[in-house]
Amino acid sequence: MDFSVIADNLSYFLLGAWPHGPLGGAALTLVLSISSALASGALGLVLGVALATTHGPAHQGLVLALGFFRAIPVLMLIFWTYFLLPIVFGFNVPGTGTVVVALSLIGGSYLAHSVYAGIASLPPGQWQAAAALGLRRADALRHVILPQALPIMLPSFLNQWIALIKDSSLAYVIGVGELSFVATQVSNREMVYPTEIFLFVALLYFIICSSLELGAGAIARRYGSAEKQT
Amino acid sequence: MIRIENVSKWYGQARVLAGCSTRIAEGEVVVVCGPSGSGKSTLIKTINGLEPFDEGTIVVNGVSVGAPGTDLPRLRARVGMVFQSFELFPHLTVRENLALAQVVVLGRSRDEAHARGREYLARVGLAGFADRLPAQLSGGQQQRVAIARALCMDPVCMLFDEPTSALDPEMVGEVLDVMVELAGEGMTMVCVTHEMGFARKVADRVIFMDQGAILDDCPSEEFFGNRAGRPERAQQFLARVLSH
Repeated sequence: MDFSVIADNLSYFLLGAWPHGPLGGAALTLVLSISSALASGALGLVLGVALATTHGPAHQGLVLALGFFRAIPVLMLIFWTYFLLPIVFGFNVPGTGTVVVALSLIGGSYLAHSVYAGIASLPPGQWQAAAALGLRRADALRHVILPQALPIMLPSFLNQWIALIKDSSLAYVIGVGELSFVATQVSNREMVYPTEIFLFVALLYFIICSSLELGAGAIARRYGSAEKQT
Repeated sequence: MIRIENVSKWYGQARVLAGCSTRIAEGEVVVVCGPSGSGKSTLIKTINGLEPFDEGTIVVNGVSVGAPGTDLPRLRARVGMVFQSFELFPHLTVRENLALAQVVVLGRSRDEAHARGREYLARVGLAGFADRLPAQLSGGQQQRVAIARALCMDPVCMLFDEPTSALDPEMVGEVLDVMVELAGEGMTMVCVTHEMGFARKVADRVIFMDQGAILDDCPSEEFFGNRAGRPERAQQFLARVLSH
């Protein structure tokens, strides 16, 4: 094995053509992951609360829409938004934006169900107690229900976000120069180092995903211990 | 203070409230008793609109509970309620449990809310417990905090839904003591409870329910003193709960 191919192309792996060209490589993977993590988290929270607070046809419609996004492959949605968004909005959407939209929709749909489950797992008496004190539903959610439900949901968010980091590699199909894309590029150019290159790529994904997990664990521990101390 | 007229409620085919009517005057303490499943918890929860009802009228402090335009949260802010399973907010300290609705609903400042909280916490005998979490308290202590939380809102009346049923026997007394004191101060109270000792000692009136209907509604001396004059179902119930 000869890892000099990594050293020679390190900047390209990590940053793509930046600063002379567009950002790419591991940095773009991070950008894609962070933006779609934030967007999917917000979407999941809003839709999960909507699931928990709607009844009848509105609820059914929501379940159906979420089911749709959970049932189609990420790859298909990426293709789909790539070709559909320009038709809908009348201008070209950059590949990066397409991927973020696709990942956020799918991640948000999964998270919506986690948020819903977290809210539903609380005893109904908590809603009643909040209502009996005169809190309106939005205030009850904000001050009573979500602060209890969010820690329960944290593992689901973490799972979803880790899946999302890895799914961002699918962006290569529409030519977005994230980590997998530049790795394939370098590999095709150098021809004889696929093992070294993809070992290195695996290591990078591992580092990114593990840092997220460790970070979340640290936050959970600090939050948990703070709660016990007070 | 509270007027309940011909209130009925169905769950599908099952009628859980059957034409209930009664009036509760200001300062009156009324105990609602009856076998389990008789609809007494449902009835008390219709008073602050936690349970919707299908027919009849309930007017609390001049506000019609079932009317379409009624601002229920606003009404509930003035009607204290204590639940069987306490329902303190487990993620908040006792201090924050007491302050939350004062700040969010009544718009009091945090300092004001905490001062009020301290006052009522002392009233229920838990002055040193403001920084604890609910899970660090015994059941009896939690229920006393729940009573204090309701009192912080300056309620015009208090509803108690089996406040001692989930407690170990040795903790029932401490909660009843607080309720007795509250009754002595002239608070209007409606209590669903099986504590017949409390009913006899404190209640002005006793309402007996069975199968969703109010079968008996009389002064407590009459209820406990004139056993022969009670409806048959009430006699059976009294024989069972008073025999031990």
